[in-house]
Amino acid sequence: MNTLVTSFKHRHAAHCESGAAANLLTHHGATLSEAMAFGLSSALSFAYLPIIKITGFPLIAYRMPPKFILRGMRKPFQARFRFQTFRTPEAGMQRLDELLIQGQVVGLQTSVFWLPYFPEDMRFHFNAHNLLVYGKDGDDYLISDPVTDLPQRCAGADLQRARFAKGALAPKGLLYFLEGLGRTEVAAQAIQKAIKKTVRIMLGPIPFVGVRGMRMLANKVAKLDTSEYSLNYVGHIVRMQEEIGTGGAGFRFIYAAFLQEAAQITGLNELALLSERLNQIGDGWREFALKAARMIRGREPFEPRTLADMLRLQAQSETEFFRALKVAVA
Amino acid sequence: MDVNDVPQEGNCTLGTHRKALYAKDAAGKMVIVPSCGSEVDETVTMQAVQRMQALTDAAKARVLAGQSAPLEYWMCERRMDVALLSQVSGIWQWRIRRHFNPQRFAKLSPRLLARYAEALGLTPEQLQARP
Repeated sequence: MNTLVTSFKHRHAAHCESGAAANLLTHHGATLSEAMAFGLSSALSFAYLPIIKITGFPLIAYRMPPKFILRGMRKPFQARFRFQTFRTPEAGMQRLDELLIQGQVVGLQTSVFWLPYFPEDMRFHFNAHNLLVYGKDGDDYLISDPVTDLPQRCAGADLQRARFAKGALAPKGLLYFLEGLGRTEVAAQAIQKAIKKTVRIMLGPIPFVGVRGMRMLANKVAKLDTSEYSLNYVGHIVRMQEEIGTGGAGFRFIYAAFLQEAAQITGLNELALLSERLNQIGDGWREFALKAARMIRGREPFEPRTLADMLRLQAQSETEFFRALKVAVA
Repeated sequence: MDVNDVPQEGNCTLGTHRKALYAKDAAGKMVIVPSCGSEVDETVTMQAVQRMQALTDAAKARVLAGQSAPLEYWMCERRMDVALLSQVSGIWQWRIRRHFNPQRFAKLSPRLLARYAEALGLTPEQLQARP
């Protein structure tokens, strides 16, 4: 079978879900950057979830849970999304083919581990990856994976495995497509609403979410000893921050880009200044990652307390930042 | 982050892929810059990969010494742990641990073997062979 949506344009993005959302909506005529999709859906966050284990370590997310960004597109753009999951892989693949023939660009939730075009060392069991399919060539699907700089190809059997991987956050073959958009421009009001929501999440009362979550993690790190396990634990924090779709510093920079765009659309100049401030906070996260990496490599003595203090400092700067943001959009 | 600060040290774990990062250009605008990866990312990814490799090697040694079944080796090789294999295969964790016993594993029914093979993306023959 051969089919191709020729008008579709692949854009490289920093994060899979915001990238998929932005590329899909742009294909349907909206004016939308990745950063705007990320900010508009209030995706920035922090959560420390010791109960959910990923390869034996707690889940530390720097953003809201999967599907949050896609759902966040519904109201601002009056987007009519269709989400579908499937009981059998055959039905899921058949539906995908049908939609491609109809000329739809289809979004998929997949596992990372079973995608052959991913670099070997990056393939872990993480089930909430997002990508878009824009065509099929013989048995190969043509894939626009937002986190790769060029479009990819993937054989049908591999894609089927990736879509129907099991475990935590199992995709169950989830596919989604757009039936239409109510509007194509972003409204200033929607932006302010989204920012207020982010502030509420970050400064909220739940002890493991937002800046309180950072402090909780800092306390945990301060209690680490200097064993091999502790080194792996710290490595895991940095990996959740820099490498996996949970992204730490990277997400602060995306949000900074969003605030710049937001300043232009809403005319609130204060947001542009705050964007600069968030940029510096992002640099703080990178410094934390660098320090941790040096300790892991043995270039510096391993001192969990130093790292914990850096985390507390980050929590403090983010608290002040979000308070200022709250005032700016009030 | 400034455009010139975007790490380009190269990261062997990325292969030929490049990551998109947001950074501030000369005009103060945030733009996407493709990055070849940084040493920091490489360090932590390699740490995780090596930890799993060590687990796989240990499992392999145990299998060759007759102390464990190939199932344990393949589980580690596929970067899973007992909890994840249990979720994927739908077999209880304590049962999986029991099946690490080589004698029990040898007597496994074809149906159970097929379930494990499916979960690990292998054929039943591969699963039974010595690593």
